[in-house]
Amino acid sequence: MNMTSPIPPRSGGPVKPSRLRGDRVTLAHGGGGKAMRDLIDEVFTDVFQPPGSEDQARLTADALQNPGAQLAFTTDSFVVTPPVFPGGDICKIAVWGTGNDLAVGGAQPLWLSAAFIIEEGCEFALLRQIVASMQAEAVKAGVRIVTGDTKVVDRGAADKVFVTTSGVGVIPAGRHLKADLIQPGDVAIVNGVLGDHGATILAARGDMALTTDIQSDCQSLNALIERVLDAAPNTRAARDATRGGVASCLNEMAEAAGLSIQIDEASIPLRPEVKGVCEVLGLDPLYLANEGTLVMFVPEAEAQPALDAMRATDPGRDATIIGQAMAGHPGRVTMKTLFGGQRLVDTLVGEQLPRIC
Amino acid sequence: MRYVEEFRDPDAAKGVLRAIEQVVDQIGATKEKPVHIMEICGGHTHAIFRYGLDRLTPPGIEFIHGPGCPVCVLPMSRIDECVEIAERPEVIFTTFGDAMRVPGTRKSLMQAKADGADIRMVYSPLDALELARRNPDREVVVFGLGFETTTPSTALSIQQAAREGLSNFSVFCNHITVPPPIRALLDDPHMILDGFVGPGHVSMVIGTHPYDFIAEDYGKPIVVAGFEPLDLLQSVLMVLCQSRDGRAEVENQYARVVPDDGNPVSIAAIADVYEPRPTFEWRGLGEIDASGLRIRPAYHAFDAEEKFGVGYGAGPRLVTEPEGCACGQVMTGRIKPPQCPQYGTGCTPEMPLGALMGSSEGACAAYFQYSATEEMMEAAE
Amino acid sequence: MCLGIPGQIVAITDESRLMAMADVSGVRREVSVACVATPDLQDLIGDWALIHVGFAMSIIDADEAAKTLEALRGLGEAQETLEAMAQGDAALEGTS
Repeated sequence: MNMTSPIPPRSGGPVKPSRLRGDRVTLAHGGGGKAMRDLIDEVFTDVFQPPGSEDQARLTADALQNPGAQLAFTTDSFVVTPPVFPGGDICKIAVWGTGNDLAVGGAQPLWLSAAFIIEEGCEFALLRQIVASMQAEAVKAGVRIVTGDTKVVDRGAADKVFVTTSGVGVIPAGRHLKADLIQPGDVAIVNGVLGDHGATILAARGDMALTTDIQSDCQSLNALIERVLDAAPNTRAARDATRGGVASCLNEMAEAAGLSIQIDEASIPLRPEVKGVCEVLGLDPLYLANEGTLVMFVPEAEAQPALDAMRATDPGRDATIIGQAMAGHPGRVTMKTLFGGQRLVDTLVGEQLPRIC
Repeated sequence: MRYVEEFRDPDAAKGVLRAIEQVVDQIGATKEKPVHIMEICGGHTHAIFRYGLDRLTPPGIEFIHGPGCPVCVLPMSRIDECVEIAERPEVIFTTFGDAMRVPGTRKSLMQAKADGADIRMVYSPLDALELARRNPDREVVVFGLGFETTTPSTALSIQQAAREGLSNFSVFCNHITVPPPIRALLDDPHMILDGFVGPGHVSMVIGTHPYDFIAEDYGKPIVVAGFEPLDLLQSVLMVLCQSRDGRAEVENQYARVVPDDGNPVSIAAIADVYEPRPTFEWRGLGEIDASGLRIRPAYHAFDAEEKFGVGYGAGPRLVTEPEGCACGQVMTGRIKPPQCPQYGTGCTPEMPLGALMGSSEGACAAYFQYSATEEMMEAAE
Repeated sequence: MCLGIPGQIVAITDESRLMAMADVSGVRREVSVACVATPDLQDLIGDWALIHVGFAMSIIDADEAAKTLEALRGLGEAQETLEAMAQGDAALEGTS
C-alpha cells in the first residue's frame, strides 16, 4: 500500500466538547462562516484527518512512478434513500462502490475525495453515524479520504444527504482490463447472488410494505480481483453491476466488445428471498441493483482457475458461470430460459416499475 | 418457492411439448394453416414471452394476443382525467406501477409526477387506505384499474373505508369485465379464433361458468389456465385436444386456485359496491355494453368521479388516437406487434405512442422486452 | 392485473380487520384474508393462498395441485414410453 503520511494516531486527552448547537443542520452550517467551520471540523475533519489543510491534497505514491503504471480515476454520486439500510449506509456504499469501480479496472485504490450535500434539517447524529462508517470502511479498504466538501441546501432539495466520491488508484504496468478485449468463447462469471442490494432497498423504502431479512451485498471486490488476476492472468474485463443490474452491465459490455452475449437462466444465482420480492412485485432480478457484484469475462481455458480463486474469497464464495460471449449481433444479450426457449435481455428502460399484472 | 417452481420444471415441459407436437400433427396444423389460440390475459402474454413458449411450441400454433390488459384498453381520456385529479394540490393519487408510463393527451402519470403532482405507486389499495388514515387533510384517490381479479380489492377497500367513516378516500373506477369483450371479438367476422386460454386469476374470482357462452353459443373450446409455463403448456394441449376431438367445453386447468363457482366474498363485494355502466369505451374495440363498472349510489361518497367532476359521461371526451397508432389492431389480434409500422421506431418503451408499449403488460412491451426479430432469434438457437 | 403469487399465511395480525401475515420465500407482507376468512381465522395459519395486490384471494388446494403435477409428469412418462416403444419397433424392423 502506497500512501503518503499514514493516518496519525488519535491524540490522548479529553474529548473536545461539541461546538455544534442543536440536533440538526441549518442553512447557517452551509454559510461559509463559523458554523460551517465547526460542522466541517467536528463531523468530517476530526474523523477523516486528511493530510494538510489546504484547498487541495498533495500526494505522491511510489507505484505511480513505475514505468507503464497508469493512474485510474473514477467518480460516483450516491443518493440512496433511506440513507441507512440493512447491511450498510450511503457512505459504506460510497467507499466500496468507488473502490470497486477502480478495482474492476485492475487498479489498487489509493485516495478518495468525499463531497456531501446535506439537506437542511438533517440530524447531526445521522451525519456522525455515516461519517464514522465511511472512515471505518476506508480503513478496511486501505484507502485514505484526503479531501472533501460540504454544502447545505434547503429542506426538500435533497433526501437528507447526497454523497459524491471520487477515487484515485494505480493500475500496475502490464495490466489491461477492457471490455473490447472480450473474445467469442470467453466465459462470463459473476461472484455471487444477484439483486440483494436492490431488493433490500425496495423493502427498506417501506412503500411496498414488505418485510425481509435480506441485506445489501455492499462489499469490497479488491482482494477478489487481485486473486483472480493471479490465477487467470488473461482475464479480459470486469465491471461492477450497479444500477440497472447485471442485465444492463452485460448490455454495456456486449456493446463495447462488439459481440453478443448468451446467458443461461438456470445458472443465475439468486437468494430465495430476492426471488420472492421479484415474484410479489413482478420485477425481473436481472435488473435489480447490486453493490458488491461484478461480471467478469475470462478466456474459457482460464474459467476454472478463475472460479476457484473467486470461491476462495468471501465475496466470491458463490461465484458461478452465467454465460458466454459470441460472435455476431454486436450489443445483443440473449438468455436461454429454464425451458430451453430464448428471450432477449435488453438494457433497462427507465425505472423498473412493480407490476401487478 | 412452493406451488411455483414445480410448475416451472423444464423436464416436465419436454413431455408436454412432445404431446403438443403430436396433437398438432394429428390436427394437421401448419405454419400456413395454424390453430389460432387466443390468450386473453396480459399476464399470459407476458408469461409466454418471458419463457419463450411461442418459440417452443410448433409453428402450427399461432398465439393471438387478446385484449386482457386493462391498462392497454383504457381510452387516453381516462389517463387525462387521472392527471387532472392528480394535479390538484390536495390530492394524493395512488396507482399500480403498470399505468405510470402510459401516455395521455398531454402527459403520462410519470411525467405528471415529475412536474410535481403527488402521485404514488402502491402495491395494494389497502396501502392507499392507510395513506388516507395518516393524512386526514389530503384527499387520497385510488386509480381503480383492472379486470375482475383486482375489482374485489377496491370494493373491499371502499367497504372498509365506509366502516371507518373515512371522508378523504375515493376510487376512480375504471374496472372492466372479461366476458363482454370476448363476445365482441367472437362476433367480429374478421377474427379467426379456434380456442381460448382463459384468464386464471379473473376466474379465481368469477369462476368458470361465465365462459359457458363461448362453448355453448360459439362452439369454441376454452381452458382456464394458470400462469406458470407448465400451466400454459398444459392448457394449450387441452385446447388442442378439444379441437382435434371436435369438442367445445369450458375446462379448468388451474383447479388448484380456481373454484368453479368463484370466490363468494369477492363476488358479493363487487355486487355491493359496483354496478355495470350501460356502455364503456374500450380502446381498439369501441363501445361495449355492460363491460365497465361504476360505483353504486350508496357509496357515492367514495366515488372520485363525483368528488372531482370527471369521468365517463361528465362531458364530451372525444380523443382520437395519435397519428399512426395501431394499438387497436394489435389488441384485437389482427396484427402482431412487429407488424405495427411504429413498432420500435416511432413507438418504443422509452417514448411510447400507445398503451401497448407504455404498459409493462402490453403485447408490444412484452415483445420488445423479451423478443427480437425472427432472424436474430433463429441465429441464437 | 393478474400477477398473483402463492404465499403461506403465518400469523393473524388483526382479527377485526381480517388481516394476516403472508410469507413468500422469506418475504413477508400483511394481507387481507377477507376473501378466504373462516369462522376462526387461526385455522388459516399454515394454509397457502394466492396473493394479489395485498389480498389472499383463494386457498390453494394441495390435492388439485398434486393432481395437476401428476398429469403433467405423466405426459412426460407417456411420451418416453411411446418413444421407447417406437425405438423398439424400429429396431425390430431394422429401420433404426
